[in-house]
Amino acid sequence: MAIPQQKPVTAERKHRRRRRRHVWKDKHFRWVPDGQGDWRVQAYVYRHHHKPKRGHFRGPGVKPPRRAAAAAPAPVIAASDPRPPGAFQGDFGHAQAVRLLQRAGFGPVPGQADQLASLGLVAAVRSLTRPSGSAVLSGPPPRDDDGNPLAPADAWGHDHLWWLDRMVRTSQPLVERMALVLHDWFATSNANVSTTQQMIDQSNLFRSRCFGSFLDLFRAVTVDPAMLQWLNGNENNKWAPNENYAREMMELFSLGADSGAYSEDDIREQARALTGWRNDWGDLGAYNFRFDPKRHDTDPKTVFGRTGNWGWEDACRLCVEHPLHPSFFVSKLWSYFIPAPPSTAVREQLEGTYTGSGWQIRPVLEEILMRPEFYEGPPMVKPPVVQLASMLRALGRPVDTGAWVWLCEEAGQRLFWPPNVSGWDDGRWLDTSRMRARWNMVTYALEEVSVDAWSDDYSTTETPDEALAHALAAWGSPALREDHRNELLDFGRRSESRIVANWQKGPYRALRQNALLQLIGVSPDLVLQ
Amino acid sequence: MSAHRPGHSCCSGYTRSQLLRSAAAEAGKGLPAIEPGMPEPAGTGLSRRRFLSRSAGLALAVYGASKIPLSAFEPGIAQAAQGEKIIVSVFFDGGIDSLSVLAPVGDPRYQQLRPNLALPPGAGSTFSEDPNLQWHPAAAALATLHGEGRVSAFPAIGYDHPDQSHFTSRHYYEIGELQVGYRTGWLGRYLDAVGDDENPLQGLSLDGSLSPMIATAEKPVAAIDSVDGYDLWARVDDPIEEEMFRSFARFGSLPSDSPGLAQVRRAASQTDKLRQDLAGVGEFSSPVAYPDNWFSHKLAGLAAYIGVGLPIRVATIRAPGGYDTHADQAGDLEDSLRDTCEGILAFQRDLEARGLADRVLVEMWSEFGRRPEENGSLGTDHGAAGCAFVIGSKAKGEMVGEFPGLATLDGDDNLRATSDFRGMYCSLLEQWLGFDAEAIIPGAAGFARPVLVKP
Repeated sequence: MAIPQQKPVTAERKHRRRRRRHVWKDKHFRWVPDGQGDWRVQAYVYRHHHKPKRGHFRGPGVKPPRRAAAAAPAPVIAASDPRPPGAFQGDFGHAQAVRLLQRAGFGPVPGQADQLASLGLVAAVRSLTRPSGSAVLSGPPPRDDDGNPLAPADAWGHDHLWWLDRMVRTSQPLVERMALVLHDWFATSNANVSTTQQMIDQSNLFRSRCFGSFLDLFRAVTVDPAMLQWLNGNENNKWAPNENYAREMMELFSLGADSGAYSEDDIREQARALTGWRNDWGDLGAYNFRFDPKRHDTDPKTVFGRTGNWGWEDACRLCVEHPLHPSFFVSKLWSYFIPAPPSTAVREQLEGTYTGSGWQIRPVLEEILMRPEFYEGPPMVKPPVVQLASMLRALGRPVDTGAWVWLCEEAGQRLFWPPNVSGWDDGRWLDTSRMRARWNMVTYALEEVSVDAWSDDYSTTETPDEALAHALAAWGSPALREDHRNELLDFGRRSESRIVANWQKGPYRALRQNALLQLIGVSPDLVLQ
Repeated sequence: MSAHRPGHSCCSGYTRSQLLRSAAAEAGKGLPAIEPGMPEPAGTGLSRRRFLSRSAGLALAVYGASKIPLSAFEPGIAQAAQGEKIIVSVFFDGGIDSLSVLAPVGDPRYQQLRPNLALPPGAGSTFSEDPNLQWHPAAAALATLHGEGRVSAFPAIGYDHPDQSHFTSRHYYEIGELQVGYRTGWLGRYLDAVGDDENPLQGLSLDGSLSPMIATAEKPVAAIDSVDGYDLWARVDDPIEEEMFRSFARFGSLPSDSPGLAQVRRAASQTDKLRQDLAGVGEFSSPVAYPDNWFSHKLAGLAAYIGVGLPIRVATIRAPGGYDTHADQAGDLEDSLRDTCEGILAFQRDLEARGLADRVLVEMWSEFGRRPEENGSLGTDHGAAGCAFVIGSKAKGEMVGEFPGLATLDGDDNLRATSDFRGMYCSLLEQWLGFDAEAIIPGAAGFARPVLVKP
């Protein structure tokens, strides 16, 4: 979708003539990660500011050790990288780029993190928040278990697979991630919506409006057919108001339950303001959603102490104009990207950005994604579909089985079926049932990577170090905590010590490889982002 | 495609899992078996034998002897909870309409407030403790148990200044206090006080996710999605498998330097512990017939678990269906309520047949009742006081708090509460679990204790 580029507001420059200085461009060579845990030589243009001496060192130098802990070479900070005040000031290298891709997308494909790191912080964030054109889906298209294309609106579970595939293949990962955020924010479930197409349409609404005005988004969601059904907006009329949407629009979407922002009377008055939407009923359920003035209550309503002949657009605007809305908005958006809440000062700064921009989402989002708390703070648990999409991207596997539908359901996150109108509880992604589902999800994800220990010929000499390197490379070389790495090496040695007969040498090493692949997949390193 | 007929609506997808399963069963194609019997490992390249080796094979041995060998548990754990009193919490998710479950057909304002939804007099059996009230026909199974003196009914339970948000009010009930932001449930705090450091089964949610009611600060608790087995699949065999799980468990015990990491570690260690504890559980049989639905199947499994001596102290389960009936209430409520009540009756008969009925009390609750005046969508909006039930052979079987009548409603036109849910909790803790409520429920001294347990 075409999203207009925002021009940064800068003080007008006064007649400053810039002297163009000559640079000497020179071909140099450096080592870059090859995405398989090893290094490859990359040629690049080095810009000398003084005439280079003939025969000077042009790289690449000594090859770094395989799987070096700090895998990325020092990133080249692009010249266009003036970081705004309050932004993260440290190095924006491989690890930071990985975190950005994990939380503002669905993790890197091999090589992507270094590519992003080379842009520098500001350009990297903007490459996500200001995509141009429509998203491109690259790689093999999704298939069901029989190899057929998906029918997302018609076949059971294909809606889930359709969105999962977008997460795996999109060129605009933050659009998909924000759509997921908004699916949780305005949580609507297919449980009480006539057709799956209406759910998919709602997710497209999230995609197209995720960086724009929150008020516009809020109004669009309020009269979205799926939402009108889900929270009974289509049954709310002047003779018998239905309070369902009026309550949740304030409690969950714009103001919060516990701030004292509204009273039970405000809910009843808002319900009257929202009256008038209706639809027809056909074989497929509800259709032809429209505003019917005959059903709208035209008497004055008093909401938050403001009296007027309010309608549904006013109902949304009154919420957004409420003095407690900016803090709700900032805190909620922040919570999707950073686990600990912002300090009061930071929150107020972001509120200023939000109100100053006329309730635009993008400027707040960009500031959050550049905050030091984002890069320096503790990790957070990935939502189940995010972990799954990340794994498929790392493994290079397309969506090719319906197993993801029930595995995600068991892990606690079936897309288009949030548990209730408050969305998924991010504090409760992990318990014994859901952890088991993540384990089994890893098992399925490794289907093509695992070896058949009993029929394939497997190395009879592979060492624990080689085995771990091999398994990590298959996962796209994720960084492991030192203690986990040591545990996996210890596992490799313990497994080897279980070999007591000659025939076990190959098969047990193959089993060890499968187990290492599994353990990496369920390690905290891959569960966290 | 949803199996729901168009026009049905309520404010939340409370019925997610149930609907998914029924929808899947009807769609009938590409169906992953999430029903009893375990997923067919379609497309995984794994043999079924290998998938089931940990559940079915062992299960035959174990259930053939109709007893889980104590060696399945670490020493001390099995004994620790065996013979303990058990609470089973059943949650009507969404705010059940108490004025339908125990319909005030004798109240002159009932017809007036519910012109479309009022139950006609004589549709169900009269509630013997208050002739103005009548059981919903779909709650006939509950009426049967009440007639046997096994049900203590709370016709108007709640708290002062009721909150009409699902999530806030439900949170109050889960934590046993009118506060927001607690991270432990009232039964979780009980388990923290009396529970074992190594036994995740002491608090068991049967809904595929942990109920906040049994969320603990320290002690392990568990959630399972199915009562038919708890397997972690991998393309790994012993002896390497044994080493693999050892490493997985160590992921759970290494030091943490952030809450997120601590959360993953806790989940890993409890998952591995539960895997070991449930290694022998697979197929089970029941001495009585249960209705054919997922909720009843889980109750049947729970009774079997208790029967073989699994060290359970608290179990939670959500009633089937959704109770947030803003629209088209009559049909939705009837089906869900019938499935729930018939399941509970079968569970009680099962416990009686197994000789366990004196050890188990069921507590049924909801976050609030619904507004006495119906809305324009043949439904009801959020209300205040609602109903609760304590069920079991040891339940006192006497109504707690009278029905307040519809003549005088509260300031929001909702039903007034005549009992406080925290008083119910205090009584359950003290009279059933034998534990001082002061240590669990804030301000416990201030709540009247209804007599809930037979001597």
